[in-house]
Amino acid sequence: MKNQALSSPMQEFWGHFLRNRLAVAGFGIVIGLLIVALLASFLAPQDPTLQSLPDKRAKPGGKFILGADEFGRDILSRLIYGTRAALLVGTVSIAIALLLGMILGTTSGFFGGMVDNLIMRILDILLAFPYLLLAIAVVSAIGPGILNTTIAVGIWAIPGFARIIRASVITIKKADYIQGARAIGASNTRIIFSHILPNFISPVIVYSTLYMANAILIEAALSFLGLGVQPPTPSWGLMVSSGRDFLLSAPHIATLPGIAIMITVLGFNLLGDGLRDSLDPKLRNL
Amino acid sequence: MANPLLEIQGLKTFFFTRKGIVKAVDGVDLSLNEGETLGLVGESGCGKSMTALSIMRLVPEPIGRIVEGSINFEGRDIVKMTESEMRKIRGNRISMVFQEPMTSLNPVFKVGFQIAEAIQLHQEVPAKGAWERSIEMLRLVGIPSPESRVNEYPHQMSGGMRQRVMIAMALSCRPKLMIADEPTTALDVTIQAQILDLINRLKEKVGSSILLITHNLGVVAEVAQYVGVMYAGHIVEYSDVIRLFKNPKHPYTVGLFQSIPKKRGSGQRERLQVIPGLVPDLLELPMGCKFQDRCSQVFKKCKNEPPPFVEIEPGHQVRCWLYE
Repeated sequence: MKNQALSSPMQEFWGHFLRNRLAVAGFGIVIGLLIVALLASFLAPQDPTLQSLPDKRAKPGGKFILGADEFGRDILSRLIYGTRAALLVGTVSIAIALLLGMILGTTSGFFGGMVDNLIMRILDILLAFPYLLLAIAVVSAIGPGILNTTIAVGIWAIPGFARIIRASVITIKKADYIQGARAIGASNTRIIFSHILPNFISPVIVYSTLYMANAILIEAALSFLGLGVQPPTPSWGLMVSSGRDFLLSAPHIATLPGIAIMITVLGFNLLGDGLRDSLDPKLRNL
Repeated sequence: MANPLLEIQGLKTFFFTRKGIVKAVDGVDLSLNEGETLGLVGESGCGKSMTALSIMRLVPEPIGRIVEGSINFEGRDIVKMTESEMRKIRGNRISMVFQEPMTSLNPVFKVGFQIAEAIQLHQEVPAKGAWERSIEMLRLVGIPSPESRVNEYPHQMSGGMRQRVMIAMALSCRPKLMIADEPTTALDVTIQAQILDLINRLKEKVGSSILLITHNLGVVAEVAQYVGVMYAGHIVEYSDVIRLFKNPKHPYTVGLFQSIPKKRGSGQRERLQVIPGLVPDLLELPMGCKFQDRCSQVFKKCKNEPPPFVEIEPGHQVRCWLYE
């Protein structure tokens, strides 16, 4: 007879996570943003690139629910479409960093020795650069635009992932069950992919969501500097940048995208914290 | 007499540390025939686990290495095998059960998956077939309701159950030799008895030979037919279990038996007997016999020359100058 009180790790995780209101809020924000990004063409009242110079700097209300920018473009529509750039850069860059970080971190941690030293020192070089400088350097080399921005942010994030994965691999490698896996004849490849990876994936997931928040900020910063998404594609960073000149006369142009950035970053952070709280204690109990 | 299943000759496994060379296994000879159970007894640090790991070629490298000797298994020398040849043997022809059931299983996989993995690594069996075999193995090791327990995670099981799962994994490919490294040390006494009984019964059923490593003489008495007593990297006495218990010869073995707390009889309570002193630091071994500092019968020759391992009667070997 199956014991009802004992549940699978997945059920325990959801149970714990759903009890954390902030985490659920963060999750809701992220899901909400995802929906907005996917359904942008249905949700946006207007074409975000449609200029209407007679309406420039219009205050919120009436035809423009959140007002218009200096070219008369609807801010609400631009905010909605801007979600795409933010989420795209935020998630794809982290996916790149995660993949490369996993390769480097696992190789480093598992094999150790010279390989470990070499990889870590190269990553140290990357880490030595202030993030903006690194991103600017990459973008100067390969040009601006949303794809290249994604790559730049991805490169920046690699050392962080590589380090925590390496640390996890080193710890897990010593576990009894890894020796047990060798004792049944598992090869190194099998041990890495089937036994070590599933055991470090939890902190990496947490790290990913927190890094996504940062990635979005960096994208905004790069676009602000003109190095990221190029006009007329809407990007929150771009909107803040061009709104700078009108902070006194039409503050809504710069402020509203700033709030959008803030809510997005908050959402990812809350989600990441919630994931960490729900995933970590269970691992400790084992 | 057929060739022995396992024959170890002159095995030396050393660790090359910054502080010096640690001679964990310093010249071990032993042999095991098919269907037999050999118990390897000794204190912590005497080299018995390292002997087992050497057989499995799982000695942590590069700090440790088998430097000398041969380990003949089914006619082939394990020491000379390549890593990929070794992988075909591990879990398949020779398997191992470890001491700590609480940490020996991967926490993120169901137990059925882990047993099935052992099967699929060595046999061409589809996933479903391997899963069915897992359930059968769980049934074999005496886990009730195996069909539902096969879906459980290690943290949902007790220590005794996890150890049964380990045994199921170890026997899943019907190995010729199963090495059990202190399989019951981490379990409480009633479960210990069950596990030992299980090992005994399964030996018959599966047709494996067993190398049982333990520091507990009681466990040896239950399970083993032959016993090797190890001290500081050497085997100091080897005999069949009955003769060893009746008539131990080496002063260390004698000391071990004397230090077992005895049942309180009607007479007065006796002081616990101990072997005075400590195991020697493996980095600074004395010249001559390694037991000299603790031996009640030590004399001059012991301090100068290490005694050879000699047969004092058929099937009974001792490493001591008292018997030359």
